[in-house]
Amino acid sequence: MSVLVYTESDKGNFKKNAFEAVSYAYEVAQQLGDTVTALAINASDCSVLGQYGANKVKHVSNEQLTNFNAKAYANAIAEAAISENAKTIIISSSADSKFLSGILAAKLNAGYVPNVVAAPVSTSPLVVKRTAFSNKGFAHTEITSETRIIGVSNNSFGVVEHGVQVDVEDFAVQVNDKDFGAKSVEVDKVVGKATIADADVVVSAGRGLKGPENWGMIEELADVLGAATACSKPVSDLGWRPHGEHVGQTGKPVASNLYIAIGISGAIQHLAGVSASKTKVVINTDPEAPFFKAADYGVVGDAFEVVPQLIEKLKEFKAQNA
Amino acid sequence: MKILVCISNVPDTTSKINFTEGDTKFDTNGVQFVINPNDEFGLTRAMWFKEKQGATVHVATVGGAQTEPTIRKALAIGADEAIRINAEPTDGFFVARQLAEVAKNGGYDLIIAGRESIDYNGGMVPGIIATLLDMNFVNTCVSLEIEGTDAKAVREIDGGNETIATSLPLVIGGQKGLVEESDLRIPNMRGIMMARKKALHVVEATDAPTMTADVKFEKPAAKGPVKLVDAGNIDELISLLHNEAKAI
Repeated sequence: MSVLVYTESDKGNFKKNAFEAVSYAYEVAQQLGDTVTALAINASDCSVLGQYGANKVKHVSNEQLTNFNAKAYANAIAEAAISENAKTIIISSSADSKFLSGILAAKLNAGYVPNVVAAPVSTSPLVVKRTAFSNKGFAHTEITSETRIIGVSNNSFGVVEHGVQVDVEDFAVQVNDKDFGAKSVEVDKVVGKATIADADVVVSAGRGLKGPENWGMIEELADVLGAATACSKPVSDLGWRPHGEHVGQTGKPVASNLYIAIGISGAIQHLAGVSASKTKVVINTDPEAPFFKAADYGVVGDAFEVVPQLIEKLKEFKAQNA
Repeated sequence: MKILVCISNVPDTTSKINFTEGDTKFDTNGVQFVINPNDEFGLTRAMWFKEKQGATVHVATVGGAQTEPTIRKALAIGADEAIRINAEPTDGFFVARQLAEVAKNGGYDLIIAGRESIDYNGGMVPGIIATLLDMNFVNTCVSLEIEGTDAKAVREIDGGNETIATSLPLVIGGQKGLVEESDLRIPNMRGIMMARKKALHVVEATDAPTMTADVKFEKPAAKGPVKLVDAGNIDELISLLHNEAKAI
């Protein structure tokens, strides 16, 4: 039997979450005594997945699947699972994987657990640890159905190299016109910039910045760090920054290595959304701001003085460590 | 146009989360329950369709009698009728099956659910409903326009937005953006009075298996105190981030 892992790619290149998903699949397969089969759709170099533990890659090459389509992609994964007799399926926690997860669960009549942050707690029964209550807690969840789908949280299990001999085979899937009842007409995506979903570093700012005209230094700091920019809920509600940047309980979740909060007091809803980040830094004029209780490092000071200094010092640091 | 808005009854966003019975149950003691925020954005958009395009809006939830204040609030905001499926919402698949059963019999053109509930964060309910009922589906939806049976939806993707052309019947996984925070409505006295007279149908659950079970909960590990760095000594912050946290 094999553990099936769906590996996402963008314009032929695998996303980082694909490598993390394969690393996770390898761990699950080890525990179950199974092998790992990856499903890739229109990817250019499938053999790279062997580095992370895939024994086999089923590669779908199909022009109709050039753009992501949740139903058609879910169908491809379901067909691969059936052809491999795979009862355990691993997906990522990207917007696309979450979009297709419910469709896939219904097609395979499978129990699905998203936001999983660690290797299985046990395999018989299968119990996984996931975030719950919007990162305010964790649940150990048992999957009781015969077919199981695990959604791995970004940046949680990590990318682990194994170097496995990999076989790549072509896999043809049925594409139904009906699946295109919801059709992509335009994608408006930031290119050449880290996104909140997969950035190692996220620089986030709040109302302490006083107005949208002051975001230049936040963007510059993000540039220096190769970071994605984010903002607090009030800032997006005020229209200072786009909704897509809002992080927190009702916005996007953040699970970066480094999260820098500037002029954000740290309401419980905001802290919930960012708590999965490994190292948190807060810069705020108010030493009583709740964020200081949640952060690893803090600077009590005015963002307009601290941030320009931080940019200069980081530039020096980057020059020395280049 | 007939719209069904699926509503989850969740702890208020400001709630502190605690567990009880040996960390096997969520402690509801002192917790205020509200309409799941992702569902409320959808409900408010549905109100817009009602007022501008003459839509009929029903709301449905899966839960015991204790969830009725939450669905009454949806009626007070302006929904026409409510349905409570009388069962414990054990897992996402179970809830989706219950809602799909109700939706199948209701002849809805548009079903709006939140992209996820803020308590168990399963995020599977709209996708399962769409698949069980063979309807079009758009998740993480931040904008929705409908003309006749044609729909234009915008969904949030990692790093941007995608515009999608689709048609009714349609299932939406909604979130903030469908309407703005400032568009959300607080029920007024007239709405509350009218809600008392509106139909709240209680239906029994259909047979469906549970696929997953939370066997234990835990709270995040307590954090050590913050290390404060003087605003005039940013070099120290960089050194800590590099050498201690290994974050840069």
